[in-house]
Amino acid sequence: MAKATFSIRRGGRDGGEMVDYQAEVSEGMVVLDAVHQIQAESAPDLACRWNCKAGKCGSCSAEINGMPKLMCMTRLDTIDLSQTVTIEPMRAFPPIKDLISDVSWNYEVKKRIKKFNPRKPDAEDGTWRMQQSDIDRVQEFRKCIECYLCQDVCHVLRDHNKHEEFIGPRFLVYTAALEMHPLDTENRTEDLKDMFGIGYCNITKCCTKVCPEHITITDNAIIPLKERVVDEHYDPLKKLVKLFRKK
Amino acid sequence: MTDHTTFEHDVLVIGAGGAGLRAAIEATAAGVSVGLICKSLLGKAHTVMAEGGMAAAMGNVDDRDNWKVHFSDTMRGGQYVNNWRMAELHAKEAPDRVRELEAWGAVFDRTKDGKILQRNFGGHRYPRLAHVGDRTGLELIRTLQDHGIHQGIDVHMEVTVISLLKDGDRVVGCFAYEREHGRFRVFKAKAVILATGGVGRAYRITSNSWEGTGDGHALAYHAGAELIDMEFIQFHPTGMVWPPSVRGILVTEGVRGEGGILKNSEGKRFMFDDIPANYKEQTADNEEEGWRYVTGDKNARRPPELLTRDHVARCINREVKAGRGTPHGGVYLDIAWIKEKIKDAPEHIKRKLPSMYHQFMQLANLDITTTPMEVGPTTHYIMGGIRVDADTQASTLPGLYAAGECASGINGANRLGGNSLSDLIVFGKRAGEYAAQFSKENSHGSIDDAQIDREAKRALEPFERVDGENPFAIQHDLQGMMQDLVGIVRQESEMLEALDGLAKLNERAKKTFVPGNIDFNPGWHTSLDLRNLLTVSEAITRSAIERKESRGGQFRDDYPDKDPEFSKFNIAVKEVNGEMQISRVPIPEMPAELKQVIEEMG
Repeated sequence: MAKATFSIRRGGRDGGEMVDYQAEVSEGMVVLDAVHQIQAESAPDLACRWNCKAGKCGSCSAEINGMPKLMCMTRLDTIDLSQTVTIEPMRAFPPIKDLISDVSWNYEVKKRIKKFNPRKPDAEDGTWRMQQSDIDRVQEFRKCIECYLCQDVCHVLRDHNKHEEFIGPRFLVYTAALEMHPLDTENRTEDLKDMFGIGYCNITKCCTKVCPEHITITDNAIIPLKERVVDEHYDPLKKLVKLFRKK
Repeated sequence: MTDHTTFEHDVLVIGAGGAGLRAAIEATAAGVSVGLICKSLLGKAHTVMAEGGMAAAMGNVDDRDNWKVHFSDTMRGGQYVNNWRMAELHAKEAPDRVRELEAWGAVFDRTKDGKILQRNFGGHRYPRLAHVGDRTGLELIRTLQDHGIHQGIDVHMEVTVISLLKDGDRVVGCFAYEREHGRFRVFKAKAVILATGGVGRAYRITSNSWEGTGDGHALAYHAGAELIDMEFIQFHPTGMVWPPSVRGILVTEGVRGEGGILKNSEGKRFMFDDIPANYKEQTADNEEEGWRYVTGDKNARRPPELLTRDHVARCINREVKAGRGTPHGGVYLDIAWIKEKIKDAPEHIKRKLPSMYHQFMQLANLDITTTPMEVGPTTHYIMGGIRVDADTQASTLPGLYAAGECASGINGANRLGGNSLSDLIVFGKRAGEYAAQFSKENSHGSIDDAQIDREAKRALEPFERVDGENPFAIQHDLQGMMQDLVGIVRQESEMLEALDGLAKLNERAKKTFVPGNIDFNPGWHTSLDLRNLLTVSEAITRSAIERKESRGGQFRDDYPDKDPEFSKFNIAVKEVNGEMQISRVPIPEMPAELKQVIEEMG
């Protein structure tokens, strides 16, 4: 059986180093299989997160040869194994240990977004009616598995560390799902402009490229939200109306 | 005394999948303080993997459906050893629980008139599963999570429970560690709800994630609670079989619900060959009728591919053993064939089964819109678990409740697909409600420091040894043994061999050695999980030996038939003086009105 070399980040919050391990490669193997093999045979204390191993839970996000990916969905036969394969944790978040980074910021951000607030049920049976065509877009956003790879690759977070001012693509998609939900009555455009920093996004579409669920984050979620913000807050006519209303 | 941090909650929920989250939401709504322990990060629990849908007799697609049909389908599927009261509550309450999810933001697929769409599934007489493509579990967990984070629940992520703490007979909290630094935590609670899911990691081929190590089952057992029905394991008929690294990953029953058919290597639809007597009247006897059923013809009967999971899994097993399997030891599941019947078949398949398309494309290089999949049985679910009161979900110990897969009763000998997600929300809610009530009626119990010291000492032993067993190797050996000796086809001699094997593995598990430090150390975590896996494996094996018949998830080669004698009781296990004791718990007589429902439904 062929062998491949994996260079894996080892270390805690204060720093780490890349350590080389060998793994035997068999047909159909994914990167996570190699990490498990290394864990079971030579490094039982190698920390990595994983759950479903089928691309559905978004736990095993990492940077494989520098590219943000799910380890469970990255087949070894798509990588050049004649070279050493590097596996590192997501860099946009503080490292905890080995391949694990501290993603708690994401959980805090979500709490700040106004929750779903449906209109009163309006069908006879006390529920609602919605057409499939009206929810297709929202369902696309709700495919998100919260792997945070889009957050990891976003330069506003990764390179400029604007975690205080910018909620990142994941939560713009989340906000879009709420804003475009046919039943929702809340308005989040002011938050988008002021607290969520939507203006920081300059549409480089890196997030869309890395999304394992193939959500068209920029085109379908962020740009329409930007348009709403512009419509409501920068439309000169509306501004004038608002000015008069205030008086 | 052991160094630890103490947390106090009125209600403590252990497990943050569908049942745990639903319970936590309900308990908070009752006005008590709630702590929620997640083994992983919030929102990553095994519920996300549920694909097909949640069963609720809303009658949106076929108005002949109602709770009575759902109840009798569930009892028939469970071969009548279910807790009938749970089956009744479940069938009656599931529709409201589903509609509640919609009010919390869930976005289900729609019917043409704008209602929640429902799909066909094995063992359900009418289209009954509310769904979102084939990612219904994700929708469920995300809806509950996003609703729950605004309810004031204290969430403890990446925390694992080592043991329950007791004050006399009563459960008053638990002892746990947090993963990042391995520090110990004591949780004091007036009531504790276990919602820890299943035991699939006891087997080699499984659809379960690393978390499915029977934690709740083992915690309850070691605290003195009773477990029942542990012999009933569901082997889902369709797991991936190739390539090896993905063996066991689930292929949703929704594929068959959408018209997918099972064929052997000779191209034969073998499911027509063996239709159990009690399903004959409900099952199509030709291919054309089967197709009409999946396309919504109300006069057609369902195709045999949609028989219950226990039966389909055994038929697949039989085909493979008889040499009619695929090159990699499965059978073919073909959805591509529907292009003979409908125009835009590839697009239709991608829309209805997007994650299946994606999963096979990415992991197996196979396009399911053109090529049949290779599938075979995979350990999926345990019907058995903590014995609970049907209405309140109270275990046999005061202060301890259980909901979801780790609780037992609703499913009997075999669970119908789609009844799990609805079970989570129906009984998660009930557990939350009654645990909250218990917490209002009782004050905190006292915590026994000696118990904490004992548990801490045991937990840290793997670090104190200078050499010893590799916990991953023990887990691997256990999985292989359970797969081979207590798997889909069982016999007494092999299971006795398994008991010997378990005794040896228990000894090895006491000598594990873990290198490195206590910070986020998977070797250590695996070492601690072993105790739970070994406990549930023994419970499964002993219960399976005791049930000398074949029924639902238990198939015995040495007792291949159903025995009416065994329909009168459930098999229970309990820890008595450190030993596992087996008993038979009589099933109470079903009330006349429920009997009548079953008779009416045929």
